[in-house]
Amino acid sequence: MADRPDTSRPSGSNKPALELHVPEPKYRPGDEVDYSDLDIPAPGAQPRPDETADPKDMRELAYGLVRVLGEDHQAHGPWDPKLDPDTLRTMLYNMALVRAFDDRMFRGQRQGKTSFYMKCTGEEATSVAAAMALASDDMVFPSYRQQGILIARGYPIVEMINQIYSNKGDKLKGRQLPIMYSSREHSFFSISGNLATQTPQAVGWAMASAIKGDSRIAATWVGEGSTAEGDFHSACTFAAVYNAPVILNVINNQWAISSFSGFAGAERTTFAARALGYGLAGLRVDGNDALACYAAQQWAATRARANAGPTLIEYFTYRAEGHSTSDDPSGYRSAQEREEWPLGDPVMRLKRHLIAIGEWDLERQEKMDLECAERVKAATKEAEKNGILGHGMHHPFHTMFEDVYEELPWHLEEQAAQAIREREIKWPEGRPKS
Amino acid sequence: MSGQVSEAAIQDGVTERRMNMIDAINDALDIMLERDPDVIVLGEDVGYFGGVFRCTAGLQEKHGKTRVFDTPISECGIIGVAVGMGAYGLRPVPEIQFADYIYPGLDQLISEAARLRYRSACDYIAPLTVRSPFGGGIFGGQTHSQSPEAIFTHVSGLKTVIPSTPYDAKGLLISAIEDNDPVIFFEPKRIYNGPFSGYYDKPVEPWKKHPQSIVPEGYYKIPLGKARKVTEGDTLTILAYGTMVHVAEAVCREKGVDAEILDLRTLVPLDIEAIEASVEKTGRCMIVHEATRTSGFGAELSALVTERCFYHLEAPVERVTGFDTPYPHSLEWAYFPGPVRIGDAIDKILKD
Repeated sequence: MADRPDTSRPSGSNKPALELHVPEPKYRPGDEVDYSDLDIPAPGAQPRPDETADPKDMRELAYGLVRVLGEDHQAHGPWDPKLDPDTLRTMLYNMALVRAFDDRMFRGQRQGKTSFYMKCTGEEATSVAAAMALASDDMVFPSYRQQGILIARGYPIVEMINQIYSNKGDKLKGRQLPIMYSSREHSFFSISGNLATQTPQAVGWAMASAIKGDSRIAATWVGEGSTAEGDFHSACTFAAVYNAPVILNVINNQWAISSFSGFAGAERTTFAARALGYGLAGLRVDGNDALACYAAQQWAATRARANAGPTLIEYFTYRAEGHSTSDDPSGYRSAQEREEWPLGDPVMRLKRHLIAIGEWDLERQEKMDLECAERVKAATKEAEKNGILGHGMHHPFHTMFEDVYEELPWHLEEQAAQAIREREIKWPEGRPKS
Repeated sequence: MSGQVSEAAIQDGVTERRMNMIDAINDALDIMLERDPDVIVLGEDVGYFGGVFRCTAGLQEKHGKTRVFDTPISECGIIGVAVGMGAYGLRPVPEIQFADYIYPGLDQLISEAARLRYRSACDYIAPLTVRSPFGGGIFGGQTHSQSPEAIFTHVSGLKTVIPSTPYDAKGLLISAIEDNDPVIFFEPKRIYNGPFSGYYDKPVEPWKKHPQSIVPEGYYKIPLGKARKVTEGDTLTILAYGTMVHVAEAVCREKGVDAEILDLRTLVPLDIEAIEASVEKTGRCMIVHEATRTSGFGAELSALVTERCFYHLEAPVERVTGFDTPYPHSLEWAYFPGPVRIGDAIDKILKD
């Protein structure tokens, strides 16, 4: 074998032996966590360039961290979006509702009401606040951890639960794995299990909007792990080449299932800095600071609407829970990471800000939390009337064959007839009532 | 444009022109760009330059560079943005320069375009037509000769269309562009300029001597899912598509075999009725394709004919295909399922 080392060569050659670097996270289960070396700049310290700025002049923002909310719970600096108290309260409510929803759906999966669920705990600001900075008809191409966008856009939570339960009320007819929502009415693109495929699609949608002289823009969300997919590179290239009115949001929550962000390249650079090589504007943002998330998205939206170009935003955050209901993070990371995470919790930080500016109090917070929990509970009961997974209350059999094509071709007609024959063999007396 | 108005040109106000397959494809794109402002043509070198095979020549100049434009060299990106454009409501017609290079776009085609209507319960559709030159016989070697149709016929949600004449190329392409399902439109590049008999050592016939090169001006459609009866016959049925339609026809003419040749034109959805009617009449079925044999589309055709026409068959179904090797360069004509391989198979199937 020509590519094997030459063993006839005497050892002790003066050429150094090569070494493969395999990244390793700092902390594994049981390790003491120390984040003191993490470089976290002070809130308000980052400049806010004009939305039409040349990416070359924004280099610092791709390596820094845009922050607004300080330890004093006040908003600081030029990135403060200066939102009115009602908007802030709506933001807090949406984030609290997402959290209440996640908690109940996670429990629903454990109770066997559905097969699967994924929480977004700790990342609520990256979807809720960002979505609130867009127009309601701007098109979003999310990954599977942006349920906050649907909530912020007022999608009925009963419909979300119907989808999760794959019941007879499920608008996607039980075809999709739980949480792979779709709602054209809410300009929310159909979620795919295949990672990062939505990123060039978002760019294509934005190109279409530009081709038609429309004023709507597109935004897409992708995890830091999925930025390693080829699609993400295509998306960045096409976005830059055609100056597409698109926002590429990268949620850097440090973990891609069990692989830490080092396996997506985080040891050597930031994800926002990738923007620079493509000639995109790049912003790196405190993902647990709802005001910073809103401000960055708003900046990028204004830029896109002005035909000034696409933006890549990295939200620096932490995936506080397991990857999914099928995952146990205690098998690969220290439980202390979540407790020690220096950017805190996005819901708590926004709550404290509202209290600090005199627009909120603990009593109202308690009432709101209760209301969110009750609202989710009521929606769950409502959805359960349409059935839960595996209890027979699903869409009619024939729907399995529909929508593969616009019209049913002969071979699917034949297979549909076969499926119905199988049902008759299985239940000669007719299907038992569930 | 090399076509010219034919002598018997004007019938019911429809003018006809002689076209080769490139002209016919160009004409179909031109007509659809004109008729539907949502049609967008994109791909590597398709814009200013007009395509490496000239299929998009003149289109950018006529329709503007936001309707017909060049893309980065990224098949994943080309298909991916086309899916997004479809979700917006456009009708993109992306080109992949060679079918051999469609693989980087497969995830977008298989996981996204093909499934979008189904997974979103019609919230979103992917009405794209992916055009791509395919097939061998041009000394294209491993990466300019492949026939990967079976990869796509195996994907539920995709339609696969392969024309074999200028007339069909135009009518089928217009249908594909108007179809609301994603269509893979493979153009046999060996017959872009003329039908190919399989005799590589004889001069190439131009399209202008072929009756199917008379193409109507303007808009017309050939429905997807309908085969074309190339020749009527009683002795055996030959199922073919693309270049192999012409090779099979030449061999049968030469051998004096009264074969019924069906040009399938659309592989999915397949014209099963035409196939059944023909095989029930002839009792013998031969399948011809350039693609490699194992798990090729011929296997699906053979299985269908065997399942559905078993009691009419007087001989085993024969498959004449490329060999199960990568497409070779120097040994192209030993690989290509040409007149000798087809003739041998005909002798075998008629012996029983």
